[in-house]
Parts: sequence; structure tokens; C-alpha cells
Amino acid sequence: MKLFAGLRAFFRERYQLGALADLATHKTVPLHRHTFWYYWGGMTLLLIGIQFASGVLLLLYYRPSAQEAFESVRFIMTKVQFGWLVRSVHAWAAHLVIFCAMIHLASTFFLKAYRPPRELTWVTGVLLFFVLLGLGFTGYLLPRNTLAFFATKVGTEIAGVVPIVGPIVQMMLRGGSDVTDVTLTRFFWLHIAVLPLALLGVVGLHLVMIQLQGMSKPLSVKTDRAMPFFPHFFLRDLVGWAVVLGVVLCISVYWPATLGTKADPFAPTPAGIAPEWYFLWMFQTLKLFPSHVLGLEGELVAVALTGVAGLVVLLVPWLDRPARQGRTHWLVWAAGLIGMTYVVGMTGYALWIGHHP
Amino acid sequence: MCPKQFLTRRAFLRSLLKGGVLALLGATLYPILRYLYPVKGAESVVTSVAAAKVDELAVNTAKIFRFGNRPGMLVHTPQGELKAFSAVCTHLNCTVQYDEDASVIWCACHNGKFDLNGQVISGPPPKPLESYQVNVRGDDVIVSKASV
Ligand code: FES
Repeated sequence: MKLFAGLRAFFRERYQLGALADLATHKTVPLHRHTFWYYWGGMTLLLIGIQFASGVLLLLYYRPSAQEAFESVRFIMTKVQFGWLVRSVHAWAAHLVIFCAMIHLASTFFLKAYRPPRELTWVTGVLLFFVLLGLGFTGYLLPRNTLAFFATKVGTEIAGVVPIVGPIVQMMLRGGSDVTDVTLTRFFWLHIAVLPLALLGVVGLHLVMIQLQGMSKPLSVKTDRAMPFFPHFFLRDLVGWAVVLGVVLCISVYWPATLGTKADPFAPTPAGIAPEWYFLWMFQTLKLFPSHVLGLEGELVAVALTGVAGLVVLLVPWLDRPARQGRTHWLVWAAGLIGMTYVVGMTGYALWIGHHP
Repeated sequence: MCPKQFLTRRAFLRSLLKGGVLALLGATLYPILRYLYPVKGAESVVTSVAAAKVDELAVNTAKIFRFGNRPGMLVHTPQGELKAFSAVCTHLNCTVQYDEDASVIWCACHNGKFDLNGQVISGPPPKPLESYQVNVRGDDVIVSKASV
């Protein structure tokens, strides 16, 4: 304790820690029947931390080349002590982080936390979500198994559908006109350097904004009841974190990630090629879309619609006019519900089809 | 000194500065963007390849062969003909396979089906499969791209 007090005095004398401490002590968390939803952001943050830690560990043995990628992951899983655990944690936490981010996004939407002055917090949150999806997409290819290889072919082909910029983006992603060794190098580069840096930046902004503006309260909540962030909410957050960590470890131990077979670019694509579950709804939409709609290629229409949907989500704080004046409107609520039902429904449908071909 | 000066010294210097900053940005970003763009010419251009031995394929079977960087498919049709196509589905790039029961070329990704002329029968593929010329030279089945 003495040591702690000494250290504290040391830093206090040298740096303006008072301001930081003030922020933490003054921050409060509104208490009402929706307080539960406030925990999901923190859980997403913890999972991002887990991804950084497990990713750094994997990097020690992983080799990003078409010849060695699959073998190196197999090596991690079979030879390296606890390698299977580290990889499983990375794989499972990747699913969970997207899941938590989705819940966080949806709850923020329905609680209308994006109302002024918090528009940019919403925007950074949505961007953060897109970066997470990018990490999922690029990370999927890295073990270079059959499933990942063909899913990446399809995924990058979809990017190429967009007129003008599409082919350029596709070329940049693939590093050529086909999915080859070069693609793996590029995905690796994106996955461990570019996107994590972007993630750090956006997470930082997101958190700073929340610190500066405090937590939003839903329109329906009239009371001013609140609890101090530190230590009350923080300790509860910690309990949530312990639960998440426990869940990740349990799933990883009982259902370790599998590796599948090594990709052979000169074998037919097997049935059941599917992207990660969070892209399934898009995949299913593409599958159901007719090949031509109003004289346009079906994929183009489907991709355009998805792009528009993404943009709409990004611009929600400005599109929801009533909320800007502190009112709720059933239309916004219905639109959100329909969007969510569509995504969940299509995902469920795709999963169901996957199991009952 | 002329009274109607439309370019003051300050405005001039300011635009000079802005232009300079822009040029500097451009000079920094342009090489980076070019650097990121994939190197061309690394892909080999193959126009013909020995895809199989003459008696390798039984009737109503097919095999995938390497055609440069991409997979091709050689089919021995139930009628006894040899036909070759690009095995890259025209929909989203999956590699097709031969369905012996129905004698059609099938893409597992989104259930696209092509007949043995490469034409789309059903499913999302927008275009027929690219077809190649097949010639038998001695023991080898030579597949080549139609020269343009
Ligand atoms: S890629 Fe062949 S049907 Fe979609």
C-alpha cells in the first residue's frame, strides 16, 4: 500500500493526473430499466483486447505464404503447447466481438443514443463495426483452408461488381486478377497492420467522445438517477468482463476451432461454401437474387442495396429527424425493426439451408 | 502604385503556400498509391496446354486441369465428344464441377448449372462458361484458347 501511495505521489507531482481522475470520478452512468445495454460496449472493448493479445501470440508461429500458411496453423494447433487454445480463443473471440458489437449497435439504435450532440459517437461506432467486419473477412483467409479460399474468391468477386471503383478495389485486395499467394500477403498485411491501426484510432476516438459527453439517456427515461462510473459501474463492468472471458475460454476448450482441409485452387469448389455467419445474410440475398433485375445484373443491384444500407446506418443520426427534436417516431422504430428482422431472418434461413440442403 | 490591385502580396503568398502544401501532399501520396497497386505482368499468359491423355477420361466424366493460373474443365460427354471450358463460374468465380448423374456442369456455390455447351441452364450465372478448343495430338488432348 505504501508503495502504491508512493507511486501515486510520484506521478501526481509530475503529471496533471488530477484532470484524468476528475473525469473518472465525475462520470456517471444513468440508472434506469435499460441500463443493462450499457454493458455491451465494454464487453466489445474487452473482446478487442483479447483479439490483440491472442493475435500477437499467433503471430509468433504463423507464416503468411500460400505454401506454409495452412501448415503453420496446423503446427500451432498440434505441436505448440496450448497453441490450439490460443487459436481457438482468437477464432471464437472474433465471432463474439462482432456479436457484441452488433448488440451494442442495435441497442444504441433503439435507445436513440445517437441524438445530438452524440452523432459522431455513433459514426465512429459504425466505422468501428465496419473495421471489425474487415478484420473478420481478412482473418478468415489466413489459415488458407478450402472454405476460406473459396469464400475469399467469392467475396472479392462481389467487390468487383461495383462499377468503376469495384475492379480497382478487387485488384488491390487480390493483388492481381485472381486469388493467389499475393492475396494472402495482402490480407495478412491488412489483418495485422492496417486494420488494427485503424481500429485503435477509431476506438480511441469513440472512447474519448464518450468520456467528454457522458452517457446518453433514452428519451423515455425521465429520472435523473445515476451511479458513479468509478468504482460502481466499473466494478460491474469487471464482472461482465470476467463472464465474457470465462465464456470465451469455455467455448474454446469444449469446441476448439477446426482447420478443415488445405485449399487446392485446382479442385472444384465443394458444396457448402459459406462466409462467416455475419456475412451470411448478404450471401443469402445474393443467392436469392435473380440474375437480372430491370436489365441490370442481379449482383450489382444486391451489392448496391447493401451499400445503401450501410450508408443509411452511418447517417442514422441525421436521417432520424424527429429524434433531433427530442421526439420518437414509430417509422424509425419500424425501419430499424424491419432491417434487423431481415438480417436475422436471412442469416437464420442461410444457416437452415446449410444444414438441410 | 496602382489603386485597383486584385492580387495583394498576402493573397499571393497564401495561395503559393496552399499550392505548395497540396503539391507536397500529392508528391507523397502518389508514390504510395502506386506502391500499393499490384505489380503487373507477373501472371503468365498461357494459350494452350496438354490437359489430359486421350484415354484418361471415361465417357461421362470430367477433369479439372491447370490452364495457366486458372482451372479449366475437360469433359468427355455421354455422346463421346471431348469438350473444354473454363472451370471458373461466370457468377462469382467458384470452380465448377461435373455432375455425372445429370450430365451437367454444376457450381456448388450458388447452384448454377451449365449444359455441355457451357450455356447456363439455371441459377445465377449471367454468362455461359468460356469454351476452349480441343485437339487431339498423338496421345495428348490439347486445349487451347481460340486465338483472337
Ligand atoms: S459462383 Fe457459381 S453459381 Fe455463384
